[in-house]
Amino acid sequence: MNGERQLRRAALATPLGPFERMTEIRAVEERIQILYNEGHVRGSTHLSNGQEAVAVGVAAAARPTDIVTCTYRGHGQALALGLTPTEVIGEITGRSIGCAGGHGGSMHLAGPDVGLWPTFAIVGAGLPVAVGAALATQVTQAGHAAIAVFGDGAANIGAFHESLNLAAIWRLPVVFVCENNLYGEYTRIQLSTPVSDLADRAAAYAIPGLVVDGQDVAAVTSAVREALDRARNDGGPTLLEMKTYRYSGHSKSDPATYRPAGELDQWLRRDPITLEASKLIENGTATEEQLSAIRSLIAAKVQQAAADALAAPEPEAAEMLMHVHP
Amino acid sequence: MTKVRMRQAVVQALADELESDPTVILLGEDIAAAGGAFKATEGLLDRFGPVRVRDTPISEMAFLGAAVGAAMAGLRPVVEMMFVEFTGVALDQLVTEAAKVSYLSRGELTAPLTVRASAGAGLGFGCQHSQFLDHWFRATPGLKLAVPSGARTAYGLLRAAIRDPGPVVVLEPRVLYGEREDVEFGEAGIVPLGRAHRVASGDDVTLVALGATVPTGVAALQQAAGAWSADIVDLQTLVPWDRETVVESVRHTGRLVVVEEAPYSGGWGSEICDYVAGELFGELKAPALRVTTPDAPVPYSQPLEERFVPSPELVASQVSQLLATGRRPAPWWEQSGPQ
Repeated sequence: MNGERQLRRAALATPLGPFERMTEIRAVEERIQILYNEGHVRGSTHLSNGQEAVAVGVAAAARPTDIVTCTYRGHGQALALGLTPTEVIGEITGRSIGCAGGHGGSMHLAGPDVGLWPTFAIVGAGLPVAVGAALATQVTQAGHAAIAVFGDGAANIGAFHESLNLAAIWRLPVVFVCENNLYGEYTRIQLSTPVSDLADRAAAYAIPGLVVDGQDVAAVTSAVREALDRARNDGGPTLLEMKTYRYSGHSKSDPATYRPAGELDQWLRRDPITLEASKLIENGTATEEQLSAIRSLIAAKVQQAAADALAAPEPEAAEMLMHVHP
Repeated sequence: MTKVRMRQAVVQALADELESDPTVILLGEDIAAAGGAFKATEGLLDRFGPVRVRDTPISEMAFLGAAVGAAMAGLRPVVEMMFVEFTGVALDQLVTEAAKVSYLSRGELTAPLTVRASAGAGLGFGCQHSQFLDHWFRATPGLKLAVPSGARTAYGLLRAAIRDPGPVVVLEPRVLYGEREDVEFGEAGIVPLGRAHRVASGDDVTLVALGATVPTGVAALQQAAGAWSADIVDLQTLVPWDRETVVESVRHTGRLVVVEEAPYSGGWGSEICDYVAGELFGELKAPALRVTTPDAPVPYSQPLEERFVPSPELVASQVSQLLATGRRPAPWWEQSGPQ
């Protein structure tokens, strides 16, 4: 399985890699929605559709030895980093073949061998941990870096500010990637946050802060890569604000009726997968027919992955007692 | 054996682990240049340098969380919380993150960090700097919790905690930092987690104690001056606690008295009494007794604070009443008349 993750990670470097992976993430999340509606997903689940370019751009820029901490809206990030649709859907449906053996669920995906630490279901909690990963690499001079991916809602929690401060004073190799999808749970950012660009907050900690088009996977990749280069060369942390949008509500219980009319349509016109497809056709990398074939192939694979997950056994009772202590 | 103060034993434990394991680092407020608010890290900056011995900003969420991340990445960080209360602003990182790392990664990742915190009453720091707060950590599967009762266990438990593969909290009774005890340094002085230690042997009663209540129990026994004898069990580790040693002792004495620096309601002694009562129902000669603090914040005034924490006199008197009547005496705050 781990070999497969590494291969999937490496595939992001191919010309069609980002398109394929974003398409896969979208297909997996659409499948998760169906599985949820059918009663195969317990609790809640948080979809990231619309934000695929951020997940894939981060994964394309990072090395598998770099550490990524991300949020409960992490299906896309997990798939981007290399986890397979079967082990992601398996986890979300609580199967023992899931990437956390059914211990975690939708909010707790993990793949340490490709740098994905168990995803964080507490807003902001992954930032200090990423800072610690960066501290470890600084102490051991391992040359790795850490990336904390979090939402705009986390930018108002103490952990965000404390983490930027500590990373700045210790000049740690960490990149803070804020996915600003305009809503913290059900609340529009203007009601919770007095600045329009969260990247401005970097100035308070004397670190670089940049606004990035989060719908453009190439822009995300190059911004993260540049920040990682700076981090690895003792240039300290960077705050990147990815302007993006969440097509769904906060979680499965949220119909997102609070959104102004027309806002979703406006963002759908800048859909990251469509943008990437247009670019691939324009620059002659692929034809529409080829991309269609890829879409069909991925849809079939994801459908198979879901079937495999549902056919897999649920964990044995004794498994709940495993790994409580190392 | 060397007689040292408890804070010196802490310094020595840290120095020995820093020396033997290059992945050990120390983080905390004023632990490096100043040597720690209680001088429990004195001299370590000079010996091991600023990369491994780090002063942090007053930013517990960041540095405790950073310790979690550094631990997951392969280091063995030891965090000092100047007062255990300061953990409150960072508790998420310990209880909700560190304690779940192994579980959520199917053991692929671990978080071998140690959180040292000074804790407890007795020095007049008032109600926001004198709590013991073991209950914040004790019912979180995935965390271990150790409490030294003096220099010997401060040295031995801390070294064991740093070597443990998971997160361990060590609550150091602040009132004991200046107290001296014989310590065996080196590997032989390591005190394994999860094992209690019998500090006195007797027949009439088992006193189960932890941290600063261990010397309290010993002093109570001395005050009894032969009127009764006791097994005194120093739990040393609260999670997991040594059920076998406690049950074995109570099976011998037939009487259990737990001496706790914890509020009566929900204190750790309830767990001990529940387990022992379940195991030894029908063999007990008297009801289990808990000598605790009242359900109140720690008072500042010296006579009040001295009364708040179980004193040797109180323990001796409660044990005598238990032995004389076979009934459980009421806690002092529920009794009328002078106590």
